[in-house]
Formats: sequence, C-alpha cells, structure tokens
Amino acid sequence: MPTFPNPHDIKAIPGTEGWERMYPYQYQFVTDDPERKAYEEQTFWFYDGLHYPEPLYPFDTIWDEAWFLALSQYNNRIFQVPPVRGVDHRIINGYVYISPVPVKNPADIEARAPHFMERAGYYYKNWDALEEKWKQKMKNTIAELQGLSIPTLPEMEDLRVVTEGLGESKGFHLIKAYDDLINLGIKCWQYHFEFLNLGYAAYVFFLDFVQKQFPSIPVQRVTQMISGIDVIMYQSDEELKKLARKAIELGIEQAVTFSQEWSEVEPALKKLPKGKEWLAALDKARDPWFYISTGTGWYHHDRCWNDAMNVPLSGIATYIGKLKQGANIERPMDQVRAERDRIVKEYRALIEREEDRKTFDELLGTAKTVFPYVENHLFYVEHWFHSIFWNKVREVAAILKEHGLIADIEDVWYLRRDEVKSALWDVVTAWATGTTPRGTKTWPKEITWRKGVMQKFREWHAPPAIGTAPEVIQEPFTIVLWGVTNKSLADWAAVQQVKDPSTISVLNGFAGSPGVIEGRARVCRTVDEVRQLEEGEILVAPTTSPSWAPAFAKIKACVTDVGGVMSHAAIVCREYGMPAVVGTGHATKVIKTGMLLRVDGSTGAVNIAR
Amino acid sequence: MAGTLPGTTAEAAPDGAAELLWFQEVDKGAVAVVGGKCASLGELINAGVRVPPGFALTTAAYRRFVREGGIADAIRELTTGIDARDMDALEARSRELRALVEATPFSMALEDSVAEFYRKLGVRCCLPATPVAVRSSATAEDLPGASFAGQQDTYLWIRGIDDVLTHARRCMGSLFTARAIAYRAKMGFAHDAVAISVGVQKMANSFAAGVMFTLDPANGDRSVIALDSNFGFGESVVSGEVTPDHFVVNKVSLDIIGRTISRKEICYTVDFSAQKSRAQEVPFERQTVQSIIDEEVIELARMGKAIERHYGRPMDIEWAVDKDLPAGGNIFILQARPETVWSTKPPAEARPAAKTALDHILSGMLQGKRVT
Repeated sequence: MPTFPNPHDIKAIPGTEGWERMYPYQYQFVTDDPERKAYEEQTFWFYDGLHYPEPLYPFDTIWDEAWFLALSQYNNRIFQVPPVRGVDHRIINGYVYISPVPVKNPADIEARAPHFMERAGYYYKNWDALEEKWKQKMKNTIAELQGLSIPTLPEMEDLRVVTEGLGESKGFHLIKAYDDLINLGIKCWQYHFEFLNLGYAAYVFFLDFVQKQFPSIPVQRVTQMISGIDVIMYQSDEELKKLARKAIELGIEQAVTFSQEWSEVEPALKKLPKGKEWLAALDKARDPWFYISTGTGWYHHDRCWNDAMNVPLSGIATYIGKLKQGANIERPMDQVRAERDRIVKEYRALIEREEDRKTFDELLGTAKTVFPYVENHLFYVEHWFHSIFWNKVREVAAILKEHGLIADIEDVWYLRRDEVKSALWDVVTAWATGTTPRGTKTWPKEITWRKGVMQKFREWHAPPAIGTAPEVIQEPFTIVLWGVTNKSLADWAAVQQVKDPSTISVLNGFAGSPGVIEGRARVCRTVDEVRQLEEGEILVAPTTSPSWAPAFAKIKACVTDVGGVMSHAAIVCREYGMPAVVGTGHATKVIKTGMLLRVDGSTGAVNIAR
Repeated sequence: MAGTLPGTTAEAAPDGAAELLWFQEVDKGAVAVVGGKCASLGELINAGVRVPPGFALTTAAYRRFVREGGIADAIRELTTGIDARDMDALEARSRELRALVEATPFSMALEDSVAEFYRKLGVRCCLPATPVAVRSSATAEDLPGASFAGQQDTYLWIRGIDDVLTHARRCMGSLFTARAIAYRAKMGFAHDAVAISVGVQKMANSFAAGVMFTLDPANGDRSVIALDSNFGFGESVVSGEVTPDHFVVNKVSLDIIGRTISRKEICYTVDFSAQKSRAQEVPFERQTVQSIIDEEVIELARMGKAIERHYGRPMDIEWAVDKDLPAGGNIFILQARPETVWSTKPPAEARPAAKTALDHILSGMLQGKRVT
C-alpha cells in the first residue's frame, strides 16, 4: 500500500507563514479541532492537478468554491446519489486537494436509492429537452454577463440622477455590479453541474459493464465506442481550419503567415482588399468560437484567443503550412465512426448472453446520449463564460487601480473575491466622502508579499496525494475524471520515492490511445510553447485543452501529467490514430526536451532512453 | 465420406475404408476416422490456416492392424475384469497392453501404404526422410468436456520410415494408458470398441514456439488472445519447464495490451545427430530477450482470431515460427482444439436482465466499483 504524507505534517514554506489568509478559512487543514483533525488524517486527499496544474490565486479560488458547492449539492442534495455525498476540498501551499465523501451507513444508501431513481431517472428520460433548456439558460447567462456594465465613479453624478429621481449613486451601482458579476459566475457553475455527474455516471457504468464482460478491455476501447459524436468543443479548431483554407483561396496566405505577431499581421491584412474579406470572416468566427481559453479556463491568465490572437494565428499558420504540403487537415470522422462501429459490433458479438447484449445496447445508448453534454459544457462554462468573466473582473480591477488600491490591474488576482468586495466598499465610501481609501496603504504591501508567497508555492512540488490511502478507490467520478486508481497511486508513490528524477527511465500512465512510437520529446508547459514544436516530435504537457488542437497536427505522440482516458489529449490522439499516454503524474518534471522516448499507448508505458 | 464410417464398432469397419488420408482430405466431421487432432488439422488447412503438411493413419488402419496382427482377443482378455480403483493392477495391465501393441508388426501391405505416404510427404517438403511429428489422435479426447489432453503420445523429430512405423505403434499403444483404461471403465465404454488414429506431420523447425488461447485463461475474457512463447520448440512452454514470455493481444483491435518478458533459461532445439529435440540452456544474454517480435505476435493473434471465428468457439492453439522459412510464410499453426476450461463454465454472474440503463447505473452505484 503506497504511503502519502500526513496533511498536518506539511509545514509552511519558510517565508510564507500566514499564507492561509489568502484562501477561505474552511480550506485549511487544522489541528485545533480534534474531530476535524482526525477526519482529515483518515481521509485520502488527492491533488487536483487536472484543474490546477499550478497554485491557485486567491481570486481564482472562486471557481473552486463554485464547484465545491455545485458538485456536492447535485450529488448529495438534489439527485441523492446513493453511495457518495459531495467532494470535500482543502488547500495546501496553494494547491487544491479533494476527497469524495462516501455515504457510510448502508441504510442511508438504501434510503437514497429510490429518490435517486426518481430524480436522476427524470433527467435521463428527458435528457434532450432539458439539455436544450440548459443551453438557453447558459446563453442567457452569458448575454447577461456580456451586458453587465461596470460603472466608474464620477467626480460629480450625472444630472439625470436628479431629474429622473433615480435615487441611486454610481458607488452603489459599482458594488451591485460586482455582486451581480460574482453571482452570475456562481450561477453559471450551478448549471455546470446540472447534468455533469449524471453524464459521468452513465459513462462510468457503461465502462463498468463492459469491463465486467471483458476484464482485459483497455478503457480506451470503451471510449472509442462513443467516439465520433459531433461536439462543439472542436468547433474553434474547425474555425481555424476554415480560415486557413480561406486564406489560401483568397491568395493571401503570405500576409497571414509572414509574422507570428497578430499586431503586425492585422494591419498588413487591412491594406489588402482580400485581406479585409478574410478579416470579416475572422470576425464572424471570433464570437463565440474565439472565446476559447488557451488553457483550461480555470485561471485568469488562461487568456482566450480573442485576447491572445497570436495563438489562433499560429494555429492558422500551421494549417496553412499543412494544406500547402497537400496534407489532409480534416478530422478523420468517417474513419473514426467506421472504426467505432466495427469495434462495437465485434465486442457485442463476443458477449455470450442475449440479456447482456441488451444491457450493452441500453448502456451504450445512454452513454452516447450524455456524451455531447459532457464535452460541450466545457465550452459554455470554462471557455466562453470564463473568458468574458475574467475581463469583467479586470474592469473592476481598473477602478481599484484608479483609486490607488492596486498598482496594476493584474494585481487584483491576489485578492480573494470577498476582499475585492471589501476593497470596493473602501473605495466607494472614500469616494462618497471625499477621503483616501485606507486600502491604498495596506493592499499594495500585502499584494507584494502574496506575490512572493505565490512564487514559493510554484517552486514547491505538490505531492500527488496526502492522507490515508484506501484499500480500493471506489468512487467512479474520481477514477474517470482524475484518473485515480490503485495502480496510478502506486505509480505516483513509486516516482515520489525516487530521489533523483534523472534516474527514472520508465513512467507509467493510462493507455490513452493505442500504438507504439519512438521519438524526441518536446516539453510544453503552456500553449504558448506549442509554437516551438517541430514536426514529428512527441508532445509532453501537463495537460492539453482544445486550444492546443493545432499542435496535434504536428506531433506523433502525446504524454501528459494529468488526465484519464476521457481527457482531451487521449480523445484527440485516438482520432488522429497516434499513441498517447496520459496521467503519468510527473512527465513534465522527469522528461526534458530532446530526450528520446518510446511511448506505448497500448500499455501506458513511457520509456526514456538514458 | 468421413461421416459414413462407424467410429466405435471394430468389426463393422468395411474393408476398403481409407487407411491413410492427407490432412487436407479431412475436416472436423472426420473425428471418428482420423481422431480429433488430425480432423482439426484438416479443418484448419481447409479454413485457409497455414499448417505443416502431413497425413493420418485412420481408425480403419488401427482396426486393420489389430485384426491382421491377431491381437484382438488378447486385448479383450487383458481389459476384462479390471478394477479401475486398483492403480497398481491398472498400471501393470497398461504396461502389458502397450507392450503387446508395440511388439505387433504392421502387415506388409499397411507398411507399404504408410511408406508411400511418407515418401510423398518428403517430396512435398523437398526433403527426403522428412523429420516428422508422430502423434496419437484419439477419437474422443478433444471433445469439450472430455479433455484428456496430454494423455496420448507425441514423438518429435522422427526420421525414416522404420522410425515412423515404430512410433505409430507406440501411439496406438497409448490407447491403453492406465488413465485411459480407468476413464473408459468409469464411463462404461468398451475397451475393444474404441480405436485410435495416428498423425504424421512435418516438423516445424521452430525458432520460437508456444501456445495461445483465444480468451484470457486467467479470467475468461473473450476479447483477448493470450499467447505464451519461448525460443525453440513448444515443448518447453507446454510442459511448463520455463516461464514463457506472455502477451495479451486485444482481439478486436489486434494490438498488444499486455507483455511480460520472462527469463527463459532453457529451450528445446533439434539434435540432428540423435534426431530428436533436447533441452539446452538459452545463452545468458538472450534469456530476457523477447522470443518473438511484435509483428509475429500480432500475426499469430490474427490467425487465432480467424481460427476461433471458423470454429465459432474459444480455441487452444499451438503454433511455431519456423526458422528455415522466410518471414511472411514462416508462422505455422501446429494444433487447434476447443478451449475447455472457460467454455464449459456457466456465465459467472447470472444477473437479472436489466430493465433500463438507469437500473444498471443504480445497481452499479450500490455495488461500488473496485478498481485495481
């Protein structure tokens, strides 16, 4: 049984003492409450590297709080998932650790079951109609967000306030707009989980059923059975391909690719009549398809394409290059579907009992029904909504800056969302009164200190898990989403015990996409580094997201730190028919650019030639 | 032709029934004539599987041998009044019976027929006095549920007609092993009513060989092919003398999903001077080298899948990679028979038929999910 550190034994990094105030107080591991301390020690906490590859900024904790509430409430209070309550959260040195909370009493589990059948049953039965309704709710929420104006504080209020008898000031409006902004964010995350766990459950138990029939079936084969379904997560990438084709059609590909800087390419295109035509097409694609984050969307610094036009430009340039070489850049969907159908047919034929074949059909059908939501919600929430949201917060930050509470707009992320609210109160009361906000002297100092703390957090290596590892991991969401299984824990623990990472020659992860290939590694920690990729290299990344898509046109295999067989890298590699090993835990730390790798996507092993 | 021959009544065998048949002349319907092993080889050849060529001495040949050798009465006498529980007595009778069979010569006519087939085999293989495997091929042994694999004899690297005939008689004698006698006694089969066939098949000069199951013997998973391999002949794998390399191949996608390369200390190769295979130490530096390449593993799995599809059931297959032949034509199936362990088991879990997907999701949740 692998052993992991006791959460209370992890000491603050020297110089960061007091870091706990950067996060909500309930996120701390505590020693002064014996009951809570005992619970924390006996619980197994794993590092949520899937969502948080780096330490959390105080403000960005908003999404963690949002899903802490949303996931747990849906599991536990709304759908009454019988064996699992919510998922508990802690933060240690800026890193989020989570732990599913089981329902321990069998009688409680039994009592929850009929409610679950009724409630979840309603959703499964009315899935398509409810999903349509969901899309409308999300679109409305995003429209509301886009329409939300963050008022600035005038020297003198407009005459209209008097003549129309408004009776409200811009100071009040600012506070209210901030509250509205936060509430829209929390609401959006309420919707995020409306279907998600039911979706995962349908998928997990399809997987479970197939694995019982075929104990040796690789999980990737099961996911292949639900591949080839159109989802909007890939639309942004499709738009890049369209724009690449259009540039060639219009004969302006030179102008699009002569520089990697959008600031140079855009003015050049504006001078060409055909360039203007292309820019118009681009503008059409930008809303909403360029509201796709360059990261996962979970961090404020994951700027979307609209804010970081060099990223889509680089993708377009890659596709133009491919097209000029005569390469096919289409996703091979017909092939994917034909292979899917062949696999389904062959496995189905291997099932011996007729009843089991019927169950297989039922579960496969449900898994296919839920699949689009499971993929598409990411675009609506993490990409589209978040990208706009972060920029609205920047508008709020501009006011804090204007009033001297922060030196730079990007400093706002070092404040918790409730601290921003307090700071705004400080600003509006001082503005109303005609005095100087107290925060002008306190916040800059605190932010400087927090920046130092964050830097130390980044240099710290978060252990993959802490607390007491259980005999078996039983919570299905944990397995599919985070790729936590006994095997992965043992692998992670083994790597952790190696003192010198330069001696590691084998990494084990999940077999994400089959095939074996050898090649040179290219370690890309962010999507910006994708530009360095050379044809035929093996991409090694913390995790990938849809804005990394153009990278996959260049590489011949992919290795990630975090993610299961449903992760983006695994899905895309299966489509391209190239090997992927995902969820290795440590690939980006152990592997260096230029190393010779052998990636076996059928067994999940990565060999490093040393 | 084959199906019309009675399989169990010695006296009823009409004169003129074929005593020698090429493998390609028989199929799975010919078990009563050429036994399970030879019938299966014929079936494989006719299904397009690459099998080393050979021929069978049929049960008609056995009956003729018994008749012409004048040993029918002796056999009846020796198999009467046996107490199947008395192991010592059983062993003693078995020894006597086998000695009797082995000492009885074939008639000149039968010897000539066998010699003619053996000569033709040599012509076919472009190798006079072709080394062959001589195997007993029982008429009941490989039927599902009545497996006595390993009970009958196999003699390898037999060269020259005299040796072929000697070992053919030995194989016929294997009808009277102690276990076979006890089994027949228990099942109430008449000892003088059963007959045996003998297969004579060109030896594959294996670079590597082994076995494969078209399911996972560890858990009965039908979606994989499990393959064991070692250098040299398959004997080392079949006998369990070495821990072979083990591969698990996904049957649907034909990719290798599991691989264990073991330390293989011995392997069997042919000793040409003694005309037999013998164990020898694998050179130290080769012991942990993968014994067959991935492409061969996948090609074998492809063949295994085709064989399973042909028979419509999970199969237990012996194979070899011949070192004398070029890649592309060097992989042979030596034997294929129905897998008997998992195929006869009732489905492990008799779950009630699911009404809806949700019922399944709920019952799955209530059971919890163990992941190892």
